[in-house]
Amino acid sequence: MTEQIKAVALISGGLDSMLAARVVMDQGVHVEGLNFFTGFCVEGHTHAIRDRKRATPKRNNALWVAEQLGIKLHIVDVIDEYKDVVLNPKHGYGTHLNPCLDCKIFMVRKALAWAFMEEHGFDFIITGEVMGQRPKSQRKQTMPLIARESGAEDRLLRPLCAHHLPETLPERNGWVDRAALFGFHGRNRKPQLALARRLGFTEWAQPAGGCCFLTNADYASKLADLWQVRGRRDYDLDDVMLLKVGRHLRPDPRFKLILGREDGENRYLQGYRRRFTALRPLSHEGPVGLVDGEADGAGLELSARILARYSQGRDAPTVSVSIEHPDGTGRVLAVTPLPPHQVQDAWRI
Amino acid sequence: MNAAAAVLDARGLLCPLPVIRTQDRVRGLASGSTLEVLATDPGALHDIGAWCRVHGHEYLDDRTCAAQHPGDDADAVPHFHIRLRVSD
Repeated sequence: MTEQIKAVALISGGLDSMLAARVVMDQGVHVEGLNFFTGFCVEGHTHAIRDRKRATPKRNNALWVAEQLGIKLHIVDVIDEYKDVVLNPKHGYGTHLNPCLDCKIFMVRKALAWAFMEEHGFDFIITGEVMGQRPKSQRKQTMPLIARESGAEDRLLRPLCAHHLPETLPERNGWVDRAALFGFHGRNRKPQLALARRLGFTEWAQPAGGCCFLTNADYASKLADLWQVRGRRDYDLDDVMLLKVGRHLRPDPRFKLILGREDGENRYLQGYRRRFTALRPLSHEGPVGLVDGEADGAGLELSARILARYSQGRDAPTVSVSIEHPDGTGRVLAVTPLPPHQVQDAWRI
Repeated sequence: MNAAAAVLDARGLLCPLPVIRTQDRVRGLASGSTLEVLATDPGALHDIGAWCRVHGHEYLDDRTCAAQHPGDDADAVPHFHIRLRVSD
């Protein structure tokens, strides 16, 4: 009896990894998907925070892809382990704080460890990488490096660009037919779209700007600010989450103010009022604000005035603002909304 | 008769964490047992449903509980009870 060959596919939720998995499945290999949650994923969280009235359907694209393929998907929480990738990337950052090459090495290494756990017993790893598609991680020079540094070596198969790479173990052993793999190259997506249609896919996710917040300039700037102010490069999941939410203003080096921009964000920030001093307008509709850092009386008053400026009472002579500390104590201030021109550009993070 | 349902409290977690916690919890449960997941992120309804389908578990039902009262505890926000039956 022939032993069933098994492969683990890294599934991001995008088109390429979906195609890569399907191409190998079509060769009779049993494929299961693996998806890593780093905390910086654009998937999931963000959709949940923003206003729930939006028409866009919320779905986890990796799970959706697994359903389309008819494979199991295992989602792994790597938030803690991923810190080292973000804080100490051996190969440096991309344009922002995106450690893309180290990230890919980390994910392949994790996939390898997961795949070869005794109870899983998989034979090789699949990724949807396309040579030349990403400036940092998917280049001719970096692809062998990922295979080597992850420890996967020739057990890492990239079905979409296999023809540009040396033969791998699954090809050599005849588990997959190299001739039925592809030689996609570069940033042109037409070959992938054509393959998708040929395989009968009519829908796929197209995440604008990628699937990771670390490639986002605004996000990276807020993370850099957090590290600078704290005097150390570190973070926890709450930090990662709060950087995704709201307007961040630093009117004083000692504290910043986070203001919700819509109802979903306000509800989310409200959940942190036992960790941060929380502000909200009482006399008018307006944002929830959190004070992150040390604000004295004058700092809190300035925060209340800024919050009032973003409330419906921005043109009113005074807005009454509740200030509540994490221990439940607090007070109400009647403040004059800060005139818009006094909200300095330099405060915006 | 089903054994008493195991309960997972995933309130306050945002997706995909409720589905990750569900997956980790199901790993320790015997086939045929029932798990009840409490969640506040409505995305969990969709994600746990999809996760059950791809793994062959049975999504039994869900119900929404309105916020019980204003305040700071988990009952102060609407939450969902999702029930699923573990399969092999």
